[in-house]
Amino acid sequence: MAITVSKTIDRIRFSLFSPEMIRKLSAVKITVPDTYNDDSYPIDGGLVDPRMGVIDPGLKCKTCGGKLRSCPGHFAHIELVRPVIHPEFAKVIYLVLKSTCSHCHRLHIMSEKQRAELVAAFEAEAEAAPAAPLTKSLVEEGAAAAAIAAVASADRAAERSTKKVKRPTTCPRCKHKLPEIKLLKPTTFYKDKDVMLPTEVREWLTAVPDEDIRALGLDSTYSRPEWMVLTCLLVPPVSVRPSITLETGDRSEDDLTHKLVDIMRINQRLEANINAGAPQLIIEDLWELVQYHITTYFNNETANIPAARHRSGRPLKTLSQRLKGKEGRFRYNLSGKRVNFSARTVISPDPMISIDEVGVPMAIAEEMTMPVAVTSWNMEYVKQFITTDTYPHAEYVLRPDGKRVRVTETTRQEILDTLSVGSIIERQLMDGDTVLFNRQPSLHRISIMCHTVRVLPGRTLRLNPIVCAPYNADFDGDEMNLHAIQAEEARVEAEMLMKVHDQIISPRHGHAIIKPQEDYVSGAFFLTRSETEFDKAEACNLLAIIGVTKLPSPDRRDKWSGKLLFSALLPSELNLSTKSKFTRKLPDGSDHPDNTIVIKNGVLVSGALDNRCMDEVLERVIQLKGTMAGRTFLDSSGRLSLAVITRQGFSVSLANYSLPPDALKYIDSLQDKMRREIESVITQFKNKTLVRLPGRSLSETLEDRIMSITSRTRDESGSTVEKYMGTDNTSIIMARIGARGSILNAIQMASMVGQQAVRSKRPSRGYRNRVLPHFPRKDKSAAARGFVFSSFRKGLKATEFFLHSTGGRESLVNTAIRTARSGYMQRRLINALQDMVVTSDMSVRDSRQAIVEFIYGGDGADPMKANYKEEALDSSGPRDELDV
Amino acid sequence: MKSTLTKIAVGEAVGIVAAQSIGEPGTQMTMRTFHYAGVAEQVPTGLPRLIELVDVRKEPKKPLMDIYLKGAAKDDEKKAQAIATDIESVTLIRLGEVTEDFAQKKIVIELDADELAHLKVDLDEVRKKIKTTVGGEIETEGTVLRVKPKVNSLRMLRRLTNRIKSLPIRGVERIRRCVVLKGKEGYFIRTAGSNISGIMKVEGVDPTRVYTNDVKEVEKMLGIEAARNAMVHEIKQVLDMQGLNVDVRHIMLLADAMTMNGQIKSIGRHGLSGQKAGVLARAAFEETVKHLVNAAIQAEEDRLIGVTENIIVGQTVPLGTGLVKLKMKI
Repeated sequence: MAITVSKTIDRIRFSLFSPEMIRKLSAVKITVPDTYNDDSYPIDGGLVDPRMGVIDPGLKCKTCGGKLRSCPGHFAHIELVRPVIHPEFAKVIYLVLKSTCSHCHRLHIMSEKQRAELVAAFEAEAEAAPAAPLTKSLVEEGAAAAAIAAVASADRAAERSTKKVKRPTTCPRCKHKLPEIKLLKPTTFYKDKDVMLPTEVREWLTAVPDEDIRALGLDSTYSRPEWMVLTCLLVPPVSVRPSITLETGDRSEDDLTHKLVDIMRINQRLEANINAGAPQLIIEDLWELVQYHITTYFNNETANIPAARHRSGRPLKTLSQRLKGKEGRFRYNLSGKRVNFSARTVISPDPMISIDEVGVPMAIAEEMTMPVAVTSWNMEYVKQFITTDTYPHAEYVLRPDGKRVRVTETTRQEILDTLSVGSIIERQLMDGDTVLFNRQPSLHRISIMCHTVRVLPGRTLRLNPIVCAPYNADFDGDEMNLHAIQAEEARVEAEMLMKVHDQIISPRHGHAIIKPQEDYVSGAFFLTRSETEFDKAEACNLLAIIGVTKLPSPDRRDKWSGKLLFSALLPSELNLSTKSKFTRKLPDGSDHPDNTIVIKNGVLVSGALDNRCMDEVLERVIQLKGTMAGRTFLDSSGRLSLAVITRQGFSVSLANYSLPPDALKYIDSLQDKMRREIESVITQFKNKTLVRLPGRSLSETLEDRIMSITSRTRDESGSTVEKYMGTDNTSIIMARIGARGSILNAIQMASMVGQQAVRSKRPSRGYRNRVLPHFPRKDKSAAARGFVFSSFRKGLKATEFFLHSTGGRESLVNTAIRTARSGYMQRRLINALQDMVVTSDMSVRDSRQAIVEFIYGGDGADPMKANYKEEALDSSGPRDELDV
Repeated sequence: MKSTLTKIAVGEAVGIVAAQSIGEPGTQMTMRTFHYAGVAEQVPTGLPRLIELVDVRKEPKKPLMDIYLKGAAKDDEKKAQAIATDIESVTLIRLGEVTEDFAQKKIVIELDADELAHLKVDLDEVRKKIKTTVGGEIETEGTVLRVKPKVNSLRMLRRLTNRIKSLPIRGVERIRRCVVLKGKEGYFIRTAGSNISGIMKVEGVDPTRVYTNDVKEVEKMLGIEAARNAMVHEIKQVLDMQGLNVDVRHIMLLADAMTMNGQIKSIGRHGLSGQKAGVLARAAFEETVKHLVNAAIQAEEDRLIGVTENIIVGQTVPLGTGLVKLKMKI
């Protein structure tokens, strides 16, 4: 392999270019305000002069001789006939003018001693914190006064006293009267009401000595203030502003080129007028026009300046606009990197692959490649990929000399003959390859995890539904991205740090995030409840699914209980006892033994598992046996649960939500009672006999009371629903064991939907004194204010439907707003905290190495492991991930 | 045993993990406002409150205090109520009506005798207060006061009227409303509006247990360590109320970062992010041009010590495995 010498960048200094520097840097002096001539050939001295580099394939750069790819581009310059203020620096110029004397050009408010101190302070500050922000206050407050304030920003008391420093009326040094300097944004300066021309500004700035410049917080070697008044304009190379060729063959120039043409044109006109001895007025007008063009060239969104527009009326995108914002250079191109070796398509579930696998369609596997280094040990293996044209074959071979050769019919034999150790072949993606898998938005680190490839038929990427949670993925059309890792170091890092099984425990709270959900929980519940037992054939089948080959002796005469089969998944060290969320009574009224979950030495003694208990078991398995065991547990228990639930069948239907007539009657009576209660509080309200709740007005009290009555009524109906639906109702089972849905969902479907709310209150706006025209005015009854008596099963009345959708819309709108707001908050949080890192003395430090925490979290514990149980840590099981 | 095995790894990007752990559940949070029994209704919770906290607003949207009592009042609702009435700030407008008599350039204050009695306010006290703030002559006629201030214009009269209306008569400033509630350890007072220093001076209040949700005020009155703890407490409370489980270590890191240099700093361009070491990091966050311009005039140097800077130039980031360097002599 070719040895590459890589250099690292240690630091970047920002500074201003002096005119001399610009001229030195420049490859061409632009003299013609035009681009191409009639033969569509670049004009010499024009804005696309070939000495600035080339953008057309085939042409050679006249400066470096490089071609399209190899020539980096070269800067040019424009000599401005008259100096022009750089708009972004106008504020700084203003600061310098305001703080110096118009006559002797020295800093006027300080004695020698004070200035010396200030300079020293600045230097000390620069040493300590390179980013002393020269802030707004610098310009707003009496210039130098605030400059001192900026220095003393640490000491707020000092800041307050120095801010009072007044600007003197005469220069203490030369006793000259000081003019009042004003800045009319963006670029016009006034000296006692007279306009200062940029020439005058520049002369003034030139005369300010270096030490005074330093006292003002500027750097005198790298950024003299007079450089902020441009006499010479740096022109970026064409590669920065490439023109595009339309289908018609016309060239369309970049916005920057257009702007530069404008600047050149006016600049030349100004020159011609000066040479012709035109009246001062005309010269100044043109001068101002150059100023306008230069201002908009730097920033086309300058305040108080009309934006320069394209012929079509679209504002031009000039330098500032190119850098700024989400689509700007910094965030879009510099912080955001584009990659190769990636794939993206729709995802679909596959419960039969492991949680750390990803099903890759053949079409993708054929397209993506993985590098394999050729060594003396794998020579024959590697050659297999080169000899064939069928699926796993090599696409390219990278020879040790750095040449890349495509494997084709014609090159094949030569490649095989010359293949040597040190070459790298690029073969198609295969089973077992390491890839990264990602779903956007990538809100946390487990949105990108490392998977192992399983090439499968079909056209979608497949993942085990258990890993949906960290990606927040579902299969309603979601797409995900796949990245084939190319570097050996990267692959190892990904495998050691990002593998799915290492992410089962979330760093957010130290509990499982990748865990059985929905049908997996239901399946585990049905498997482990007392009623479940299997004959020999069934038991053997189920055990085979989880890879157990030894049939335990039956625990129920000739049958095997579900609990026994589940226990095959548990490590023998596991002991656990909790209450189940799903409780039943035996016919005699005593508690069902399944209500308490007991695991003794890895055997499930009693209890039907709910979701909480599954999580607990999973976490304990990981603590005892390590994350690989956790993965195996998830894979096996998942398959087992699904096998059970598939065999037995599991569904919900309309019948689940049908209540017997007496239940419905009872619900009606509840609703009647509610109506009466509401009526009674409304009467009390009208009679003013309603007792005010503390700190609430009478009408607020009424609303509060009604709201509590309505919610109580729905909850009361809930216990009826649960009673009549019983413990065999799949909907209730799912809710109770935490598989899916809640009791509230069942209530809303079976008995009543309940109170609708808009801004956490009963709906109240709409027509005059009523929400809908169906109700009498000022009606405060339940129905008139959005109480839905019907159930979803029965169907909603027109008015109920309307008010229900009102509430529904509110939550839709809220979700939309919330995602935007929380996204921005997270961006800010990440930005503020991204440099914090645990250092080798266990302290947390930022990028300046300043200590944020002396010991991380106060105890140095990893949140991912902080919940580990003491006994788990004492056990002797293999705990690879714990080894320090 | 446990402590060595559960140690955080050196190089772990704890900042990013903390930010993600707090930020990621943001999408699941509600925007609802919470109703604190009695006092201020619609106290922001969930996402808006979390944003308010990391922004470190000067004052929260709905400042609140819980004031615990000492001595007899702790178990005596009447005594607690008496303290609550004392604390609640009463402005003149609550005692009656204030109108202007433009013809005679007088301000007429009709006080409600019942309210005066109810709030135990002495008429002379009111007169004295008006006298000291407004001046001029005051005629008294029962509970009606006529103030003849020394003003010329009607505009000045109106201004004075408004001052009189909001004249604090009694109670602790900024405490708008008080409710006595029963907690685990007896009665306590919950107030809308916050004023630590004022409340701590009140007789019967346990000054060691005054609680406010105004972190900025805690910083001012009790110092940076207290502010750090208050910040942790408030963020934790927001997350707990939403039923979101987030390890305290993440919240602590956030609070520690915000308070690390002795002054509470917000998350965002005016706080932590705006004062980062690297020019490129600041430019990449917000206000790109401003940071580049300032860097140029100060000839600032970016030492590429942060994450963003290194991503921008395409080098390894100083976190995790990127922190490890091989040192050897050539």
